[in-house]
Amino acid sequence: MTATATTTSATPALRHRLAERGVDRLLLLLVPGTVFIALLFLYPFLYGLQLSFQPNTGGPLANYERFFTDAYLRDTIWITLRLGLPAALFNVLASIPIAYRMRGKFRGKRLITTILVVPITLGTVLTAEGLIEYLSPVGWFNKILLGLGLVDEPVRLVHNYWGVLFSLIITGFPFAFLLTLSYLSGIDPSLERAAATLGASPRQRFRHIVMPLLAPGLAVTFCLSFVLAFSVFPSAIMVGEPQGSTHVISIAAYNTAFRDFDYPMGSAVAMIMAVVMLLVIGLVLLWRTTLYRGATGGKG
Amino acid sequence: MRPAAWLTWGALAFFLLNLVGVVGAVLVNSFSTQWFGTWWPNGLTTAWYAEAWREYNLFDVLLVTLQVSVAVVVISVLIGVPTAYALARRDFPGKKLLNLLFLLPILMPPMTYGIPLATVLYKFHLAGSMTGVIVANLVPSVPFVVLTMTPFIEQIDTKIESAARMCGARTSAVLTRILAPLLIPGILAASILVLVRTVGMFELTFLTAGPDSETLVVSLFYSVSAAGIRAQQTVDAMAVIYTASMLVLLVIALRFVNPTQLVTRLKEHD
Repeated sequence: MTATATTTSATPALRHRLAERGVDRLLLLLVPGTVFIALLFLYPFLYGLQLSFQPNTGGPLANYERFFTDAYLRDTIWITLRLGLPAALFNVLASIPIAYRMRGKFRGKRLITTILVVPITLGTVLTAEGLIEYLSPVGWFNKILLGLGLVDEPVRLVHNYWGVLFSLIITGFPFAFLLTLSYLSGIDPSLERAAATLGASPRQRFRHIVMPLLAPGLAVTFCLSFVLAFSVFPSAIMVGEPQGSTHVISIAAYNTAFRDFDYPMGSAVAMIMAVVMLLVIGLVLLWRTTLYRGATGGKG
Repeated sequence: MRPAAWLTWGALAFFLLNLVGVVGAVLVNSFSTQWFGTWWPNGLTTAWYAEAWREYNLFDVLLVTLQVSVAVVVISVLIGVPTAYALARRDFPGKKLLNLLFLLPILMPPMTYGIPLATVLYKFHLAGSMTGVIVANLVPSVPFVVLTMTPFIEQIDTKIESAARMCGARTSAVLTRILAPLLIPGILAASILVLVRTVGMFELTFLTAGPDSETLVVSLFYSVSAAGIRAQQTVDAMAVIYTASMLVLLVIALRFVNPTQLVTRLKEHD
């Protein structure tokens, strides 16, 4: 056996071994996508990360020290969580009973689904303008409340915490509802019918059959709803109180980076935002691993 | 369960009633000559739409929006579909990591990666132009195409491709005559969803747009912040135009995509 003979016989063998593990020429198709994501997502993210450790003044950790010692900046985490968690929780919990009644086929199902999905098209600006006009002291909502004698003076519901929360519910609910309905439709109805045959009441069927199968999906729905609510930015400015009770973390990040042109500090705030968000999602997904994740009768 | 059902539908009706109030307030105001503190405005007019059209250069803004969205859709499909095909057909070391990498841009709030991205784009003098806006909007769109197309391609039987090969089809023939027709519905669905997302994407466009490259959402946001000098009605008229165009897109989207089958595909029993 000469050296050349071994190399020629080794080359196809290597190719073969690689192909067996799924590595062949087809993987070249991955190149554009991977290059793209590395160049435009990974690189900027890592660039921002290292930029956040190069503050304009002070040591490498100065930006993070400033964030956690300055109460105005530090409180943005709490303010954002106080908006994002209730909004996401409400959206998910409210979609369960509605989606539960929308399973199967009935007349007008498509109409109700469409009506519930329409708020996606509103966009933050129309929602904000609408809330400001509808909930203003002279708006329809307060006129009705005053007319019914439920309140003595107009309720103030915009330009504060509540306005932003309402806007998050209006824009976030359709997403949560669609996802929940989608997960619910994936549960095989015959499972429930089997439970009914064995004498389970509707309440028991919901509690012991549907909920355990739906819970993992709800965890994902909650995560996605939370991400949407946590990144609240334009509505916190328009219907909120951007300098005070709704000074959320995205406003802080934007202001430091593009109003004060302190890119390192802006990147630091963005990184903190990412970490907080990943922490919440990580906790929810950790809880999800304790749930039953077997077949739901659906495909995929 | 009866009272619970009534409670659910009642709560839903209350939500929808308030939603109608919110949307109605904007719609009525955009058509009103004057409306201060009464149940109904003094008179109705369509003049604000003409004024908004002129005042905010809506033709240019809509043109920019269209150009950006079409460019984003075409490029993200061109990059995303081959990636999705490889991910759906092969199991290779590091696939999980790659999947995670494609999931992150969708999972992260746009602000978190948008600020570093905009900083990098400014560094390379790309931001502030249409190119910058398109590039920034591609970052969540390409992974979105990959994510929606991968399960779609997985459900296409590989035996069909093998059969075509057996019958002597070349790669190009397999691509154009076997795969393409099967992929078109999925590509259409993904495209329309990307289009809706891009038209509605505020943060990334806001961070990277210059005066000549604002899309409708961003221009709308600026009109609100600078509303002091202009009539509230023009802002509302513009918001109605935005919502109407989104509604048209969504109605088209719902023709191609069944929203309840985004996650799972299960035949509905009668």
